[in-house]
Amino acid sequence: MNVLNSLAQASYRLLAAMRQPGRGTSWLVGILLVVTLAMSAANLLLPADSPFYVSTYTITLMGKYLCFAMLAMAVDIVWGYCGILSLGHGAFFALGGYGMGMYLMRQIGDRGVYGNPNLPDFMVFLNWQELPWYWFGMDQFWFAIFMALLVPGTLAFVFGWLAFRSRVTGVYFSIMTQALTYALMLAFFRNEMGFGGNNGLTDFKDILGFDLQADATRVALLLVTTFLVVVTFLVSRTIVQSRLGRVIVAVRDAEARTRFLGYRTEHYKVWLFVYSALIAAVAGMLYVPQVGIINPGEFSPLNSIEVVVWVAVGGRGTLYGAIVGALLVNYAKTRFTALMPDAWLFALGALFVIVTVYLPRGLAGLFGRVIELVHRRPGRGKEQTTRDDGLSVAEVGA
Amino acid sequence: MNPINHFAGQARELMRRDTTWPFLVTRRRPVDVSKNIILYLEELNVSFDGFKALNNLNLYVNDGELRCLIGANGAGKTTLMDVITGKTACDSGSAWFGQNIDLLAHDEAEIAGLGIGRKFQKPTVFEAHTVFGNLELSLKGYRGVWRALTARLSGTERDRIEEVLSVIGLEDVRYQLAGALSHGQKQWLEIGMLLAAEPRLLLVDEPVAGMTAEETERTAELLTSLAGKHTVIVVEHDMEFVRSIARTVTVLHQGSVLAEGTMDQVQNNRDVIEVYLGEDA
Repeated sequence: MNVLNSLAQASYRLLAAMRQPGRGTSWLVGILLVVTLAMSAANLLLPADSPFYVSTYTITLMGKYLCFAMLAMAVDIVWGYCGILSLGHGAFFALGGYGMGMYLMRQIGDRGVYGNPNLPDFMVFLNWQELPWYWFGMDQFWFAIFMALLVPGTLAFVFGWLAFRSRVTGVYFSIMTQALTYALMLAFFRNEMGFGGNNGLTDFKDILGFDLQADATRVALLLVTTFLVVVTFLVSRTIVQSRLGRVIVAVRDAEARTRFLGYRTEHYKVWLFVYSALIAAVAGMLYVPQVGIINPGEFSPLNSIEVVVWVAVGGRGTLYGAIVGALLVNYAKTRFTALMPDAWLFALGALFVIVTVYLPRGLAGLFGRVIELVHRRPGRGKEQTTRDDGLSVAEVGA
Repeated sequence: MNPINHFAGQARELMRRDTTWPFLVTRRRPVDVSKNIILYLEELNVSFDGFKALNNLNLYVNDGELRCLIGANGAGKTTLMDVITGKTACDSGSAWFGQNIDLLAHDEAEIAGLGIGRKFQKPTVFEAHTVFGNLELSLKGYRGVWRALTARLSGTERDRIEEVLSVIGLEDVRYQLAGALSHGQKQWLEIGMLLAAEPRLLLVDEPVAGMTAEETERTAELLTSLAGKHTVIVVEHDMEFVRSIARTVTVLHQGSVLAEGTMDQVQNNRDVIEVYLGEDA
């Protein structure tokens, strides 16, 4: 009874959060839900020759973008709100992905090329006789999910604890995160690691008994991804609006002041970092079944830097900005790489420069400025409260 | 024989019945000022790459006192504050807060929790938060991560914030962003943030730097009104300001105390005239 009650309350609070007036960001949640639902319906219900039919390819692409949006949100929480520029979030994303990948590998069973019911193909190929200990239990969905959260979470905790306790900040921290993801990439490239080496994990057949190639599974994955993006968005927004969030912004702006007020800033940073890593891991878990492969390339330092560009374009310190930035830049990337494959990196670089020089607050800042111009009323003056992101409207307009 | 004696001595220490074992003593406890002295600094030495920032410094501050520290640049005023607040470790010496708290055994956050507040030389406030929000974050209370997640402002806390707002005279701008305040207002806000934490000892570094004459006067009033209830240590360069608030002045020179007394005594002190005021004249 009690559980039911609290569940009802939680769902009520969720609904209330989504309806919260004047925040504007709820629009984004609404649009996301409507668009993905419409796409799903168009894919499943309409015949393939209908002009409104949405191909399964597009569905999967959208799912992939949303995973990236989640990853961008994770980076935005630590970078935009706490000023910790992590250039290694791809590592947590990939670790989450590997967790899911291991589960999917075990689901292949004897349908692999070598037909071995216990060992994944790459192990048979390497002449391994039995499953390494760390693969045990990964055929259970719940255990795989648990491990896919535990490993990145623990890594983030240990790494963050060591770094923040020693007061490593700024560019030094960024470089260390780059080194972290690079080291993991090199490790996962090794065949002896037992994660498929260079080729990674691929050739998945089904998830929880559903065929991964089926349209309905693809649509379901997209919907689950959307749902989780919305949930993490709302949870993160609750966190950044709480006193905890305000302390975090305080740490970003004046860490010494916060410390001399009695806050253990390193604790705040570590927990935020772990939270962010967990979101990145969830994004990775959702990414792998939709894309169908996970390999050490996901650990590449470049990937993590790209995430930072998405956040910068969308506007850091605004959760919705990260989502918008990730969706837009990735859409542009898909388009661009189809038209001029060689020009994409130049375009990305140019985008970053333009945003840094002309839009330091990103698209969200631009949006905020427009809103402010439209809503400016005489006599309101500078009497402004902080916005939900902790950045001032005045600052955005400046 | 010697090691046995040593061991026996340790065992005897462990069996003492007039004190509890050190690890059983709670780290957060009220400061004991029964001897009416709140800060004992003895034989403090700090050196940076051979430069002696503090040199056998001895300083005692009475409870409820308003003490001014003056001294030329490099005299060790800010280093002294760094040592008291746990930012800088000292090479030797002792620093006790009241009778019972060894400041050298605590870090910055713990020292702040013990009731020592510090205002920086450059006014440092949370610019992205409102004045009210700044004070809210500074309120006395638990500083843990999980508690911050669920913290709600209670009625008493709200009243406390209003009280501090009226003390520092920023009621009219309470919902303004701290980043939009004037320099003087930021200084006051920072003092207000210290007050919201209800400290026993306030360390105020250059409170009137960059203030107009009128603002300086108001700050002087504010600081003198705080003394008594709190102990205040002010570091300042502005001699007029020091004269207007100080009862006791300590002059630092090259990391140690050169003279101590009322403003007049200090100004007529031969050493002081020679090394500090003499240069000004």
